Amino acid sequence: MTQEKIMRFILIGFVAILAAGPLYLETYYTELFIHMMVLGIFAMSLDLLIGYTGLVSFGHAAFFGLAGYLLAIVTPETEPTAIWISLPVVLAGCAIAAAVIGWFSVRTSGIYFIMITLAFAQMFFYYFNENNDLGGSDGMFISNKPLVGWGDFQFLDLENTTSLYYLVFAGLLASYFLLRTILNAPFGQVIKGIKANEHRTKALGYNTQNYKLVVFIIAGTMAGFAGFLEAASSGIVSPGNLHWHHSGIVIMLVILGGMGTLYGAVFGAFILTLLQDKYTGMVELMPDFMSGMADHWHLFQGIFIILVVLLVPNGAVSLLAKISQALGKKEDAK
Amino acid sequence: MSDIILKTVGLYKQFGALSAVDHATIDFKQSEVHVIIGPNGAGKTTLINLLSGDLLPTGGTIHYKDQEITDLPPDQISLLGIGRSYQKTNIFPEFTCKENCWLAGQSRQGSSMKFFKAASRLKEVHVRAEKGLEMAGLTSQANTVASAMSYGEQRQLEIAMMLATEPDLLLLDEPLAGMGTEEATEVTKLIKKLSEDHTIILIEHDMDAVFAVADTLTVMVNGAVLETGTPEQIRASKAVQEAYLGDEDGDH
Ligand SMILES: Nc1ncnc2c1ncn2[C@@H]1O[C@H](COP(=O)(O)OP(=O)(O)OP(=O)(O)O)[C@@H](O)[C@H]1O
Ligand SMILES: [Mg+2]
Repeated sequence: MTQEKIMRFILIGFVAILAAGPLYLETYYTELFIHMMVLGIFAMSLDLLIGYTGLVSFGHAAFFGLAGYLLAIVTPETEPTAIWISLPVVLAGCAIAAAVIGWFSVRTSGIYFIMITLAFAQMFFYYFNENNDLGGSDGMFISNKPLVGWGDFQFLDLENTTSLYYLVFAGLLASYFLLRTILNAPFGQVIKGIKANEHRTKALGYNTQNYKLVVFIIAGTMAGFAGFLEAASSGIVSPGNLHWHHSGIVIMLVILGGMGTLYGAVFGAFILTLLQDKYTGMVELMPDFMSGMADHWHLFQGIFIILVVLLVPNGAVSLLAKISQALGKKEDAK
Repeated sequence: MSDIILKTVGLYKQFGALSAVDHATIDFKQSEVHVIIGPNGAGKTTLINLLSGDLLPTGGTIHYKDQEITDLPPDQISLLGIGRSYQKTNIFPEFTCKENCWLAGQSRQGSSMKFFKAASRLKEVHVRAEKGLEMAGLTSQANTVASAMSYGEQRQLEIAMMLATEPDLLLLDEPLAGMGTEEATEVTKLIKKLSEDHTIILIEHDMDAVFAVADTLTVMVNGAVLETGTPEQIRASKAVQEAYLGDEDGDH
């Protein structure tokens, strides 16, 4: 087997584990997996910017959080709104927001791009945090889950955790394949060129600013898709979702998992969430005599991240790649 | 005159107090190889940067065919059919040679704002990329990652990428710099061959190559045009000899 085949094998195995999730997971973990898959979509959308185009956006949570608020706004307290209506509204809202933020941001680069995306996201944060009609710092409840069906006919009941799980699972796969397609298309070649050498890409005849704007809109809209799923599954939105802290976390997911692979971002989301979880996480794994330090788990998380960055600089997927390379060599030797 | 494909009128570029290009008025004739020579720091690269849109002039105008292109950005100038290669290698280091030329060739496909069709199915782009590689003598290196190649080969790739955009007018900024003798001979031959159906503006320090390909020569000193003429005229010019060429015997 070649290295590539082994890598594909690992990915298919991972997808199979996810596909069978609700069969073996308790409700708590089913919900945790839903959350991780949503984060995975969110992180992949950022990988499109950071890992493929070379644009480090420090305000990506703006779209994630905005999506939740838009869903809350279009969902009345008394009845559910059909997903065929709420999802397009949410995605369109996020696309418009990304177009506006992107229009300004792509005119800058490097540290200024980071600053301007951060500044916009903080504006969004303060707007929602201080708007009492939208719940202020408490956020809003979404009393009814989106209706997947027509009128009285329900195709999927999202109150049911398993149905929700498979909706999110399908969303994860669809997002992955959509991004793969875009990256293989002529558009994808241009954004990779921008990352490798924007000056030369422009000199070859591409209006790089337009391409950066479009990729920013695609990424923002997909982050909005993740935010929609998060709000739909948790039933609550809060300004914290838009906070720069959240934007920072998703950058960390992408870097820890491995930039420029898409699935690396998903792995990053899974690894970090499991580490933080109260049952599977670091705190549980600590020996008894250290249990007094459980309150300081953020410290341990920090140490873990530093170790990963030092020892596996290209993220968790590079470790997988090395393993499959080693396995591939063994096979070849036979 | 219709046989003038590109001309600059009173073109100048100021960097602070320095006039890197100082009111240059030059006519470039269709189908000719027009070589620009001059000592280091004469403003040759700056002139090319103005022509390709990489820099905006402080004043003066540039005309290409029937159009004024003074303030156009590099991407639009490229799409008009003006291709350039850079003195300082400017490639996609982590791409293979083929991928470098691919992106060059894809720029002639109309808009690349296409999201759902696999790029690899664009046959014309394959043809352009491969033709660029072949002309620059890099076919055997098609799948080599650019950063892993020798400096000379990266210089060849620079030319291959430019050719994959199928330009009419070539701006070549010291294409031979950093090449071995053999590579340089090959590239000089290539320039000669390209001159049959392209207009070429060439900057070069290698005088053998210059006199082998030049139809017209312009000598620049301190940003200004000292003289323009045929190779014979330039060789014979007193002013040029004093300012730049030195005595004939020293011209190796
Ligand atoms: N971006 C810039 N900012 C400031 N000064 C510059 C810039 N680019 C070039 N210069 C200056 O302008 C002058 C002309 O430089 P240019 O690179 O055009 O010379 P050149 O004729 O191409 O020289 P060489 O033969 O060494 O390549 C030099 O004095 C250089 O230092
Ligand atoms: Mg120069």
